[in-house]
Amino acid sequence: MISGRVYKYGDNVDTDAIIPARYLNVSDPAELAVHCMEDIDVNFAGKVQAGDIIMAGANFGCGSSREHAPLCISAAGVSCVIACTFARIFFRNAINIGLALLECPEAVENTSDGDRLEVELETGNIRNLSTGKIFEARPYPEFMRGIIKSGGLIQYTRQQLSARQE
Amino acid sequence: MTLAEMILASHSHREKVAPGEFLDVDIDMVLSNDITGPIAIKEFTKIGLERVFDPQKVVMVPDHFTPNKDIASAEQAKMVREFCNQQGCHYFEVGRVGIEHVLLHEQGLVLPGEVIIGADSHTCTYGALGAFATGMGSTDIATAMATGKIWMKVPPTIRFNYHGTPGRWVSGKDYILYAIGDIGVDGALYSVMEFGGEAIDNLSLEGRFTMANMAIEAGAKAGLFYADQKTVEYASSRTERSFTVYKPDPCAEYARVIEYDVSDIEPQVAFPHLPSNTRPVSQAGNIKIDQSVIGSCTNGRIEDLRVAASVMEGKEVDHRVRCIIIPGSQDVYLQALKEGLIETFIRSGCSVSTPTCGPCLGGHMGILASGEKAIATTNRNFVGRMGSPKSEVYLSNPAVAAASALTGRITSPENL
Ligand code: SF4
Repeated sequence: MISGRVYKYGDNVDTDAIIPARYLNVSDPAELAVHCMEDIDVNFAGKVQAGDIIMAGANFGCGSSREHAPLCISAAGVSCVIACTFARIFFRNAINIGLALLECPEAVENTSDGDRLEVELETGNIRNLSTGKIFEARPYPEFMRGIIKSGGLIQYTRQQLSARQE
Repeated sequence: MTLAEMILASHSHREKVAPGEFLDVDIDMVLSNDITGPIAIKEFTKIGLERVFDPQKVVMVPDHFTPNKDIASAEQAKMVREFCNQQGCHYFEVGRVGIEHVLLHEQGLVLPGEVIIGADSHTCTYGALGAFATGMGSTDIATAMATGKIWMKVPPTIRFNYHGTPGRWVSGKDYILYAIGDIGVDGALYSVMEFGGEAIDNLSLEGRFTMANMAIEAGAKAGLFYADQKTVEYASSRTERSFTVYKPDPCAEYARVIEYDVSDIEPQVAFPHLPSNTRPVSQAGNIKIDQSVIGSCTNGRIEDLRVAASVMEGKEVDHRVRCIIIPGSQDVYLQALKEGLIETFIRSGCSVSTPTCGPCLGGHMGILASGEKAIATTNRNFVGRMGSPKSEVYLSNPAVAAASALTGRITSPENL
């Protein structure tokens, strides 16, 4: 069970907003986390606490393919991102590295910046502790649950490869 | 089946595929660069294999922060170089390197009918050749380097038909900006954009690369063109490898069909801070600029430099403007030199750089200070993309960027 404070943003939060390219001369997640969300919320990295939740409108993570984006969100301590929709590459990357994403426009509509949420990833249940409202996120397709269950794509691939050898 | 469906079916050993199906797809080329390569290498190492599945099908291109802009980027470039040396995969050193999405098709490393994945969102550029090409993250790339395969969900296809005859200064850049302005930055989310119609038949290959390049700016997974005679000649002149040309079924099922008449399309300008924020250049108003950048994987090809030089010939860049020209590859650079374009640029007061991504992603070679405005032939104008979060980027075709450099404000070449 995840629980944390919500940081809420609008539509089309792009990967340059999540982690500006000028910081991509390094790839260490902890170093990247210091600049997480910097260009749209300068103080984010300073105030976010372990377990907190990013919430956004449509097309979260649009733009570049940089895996640095989900990596730095995760390294900043964020437990999951809830949005109306996600950009395609960001979605893949997050699943691959084990950052939880939930698509739930109803939750986005009925939650304000600063609210506290409780999220159960297995079921997709989202409870807004500040308002008492409950929402249900769309479940992942079966195939992706396999990757998540293995602990990310690298683990999944290792398992596939060793199964092939046997 | 649509073009994308045909290519995906052939690469997953199926007769037929339909949108929504999950496939295990064989990959013909796996790409990464000096930003995404290091993470891919780290993840590849975790899988525990010694060798990549096929070194001839793996390419790494150090183009973003090269020639190395600082110590940290030098370390990343070093990691990529050493991995490629050890694995024997394709690699291009400074002096031979170009921007990946200008270089790969020039080198014959990507061909019609192939499936290409790259740890760079603009990998979709090769869709211009009739290949299924799409961007992914470093972990996906690591997996593909290990296995030669990747999972994909078959996307629905939106068909765009462009009719009519364009005006003098209207290019592929304007066709695609117009479409993004129309459908929005998530208008083709998770979908393929398939382009056709007689205006596309008449469009140069360069123009098609520009269009396919920006499919991602509408959220698309890929942007595809049928490989016609022009494309087949281009590809065959660059490789000995054989390739397959697919043609979409006349009865292919599209999620949507959108028709445009290009005679209605003026040169477009995308205002800050989204590529969908487009206006015809005649309605740009009075926007003063500090910098004009002509280059990138969108518009750093020879045709782009020819157009820009034709606008600048015998004229001078406004004294308050920095105009930066970046040929997309060494081949483009050399050709521009032979044709006298570089001389035109230098005489007009432009700076000409070695091929690099440079300012396109706010890396180096032309970063903006707070309050500054740039017009650029690049593909993204997000907050902070070219430097300070308080700077602004306007996207246009090379003719408009060149004309604007001359006058110091966003200008149509019509009005010079
Ligand atoms: S030129 Fe710009 S968009 Fe193209 S690959 Fe380089 S950074 Fe990315």
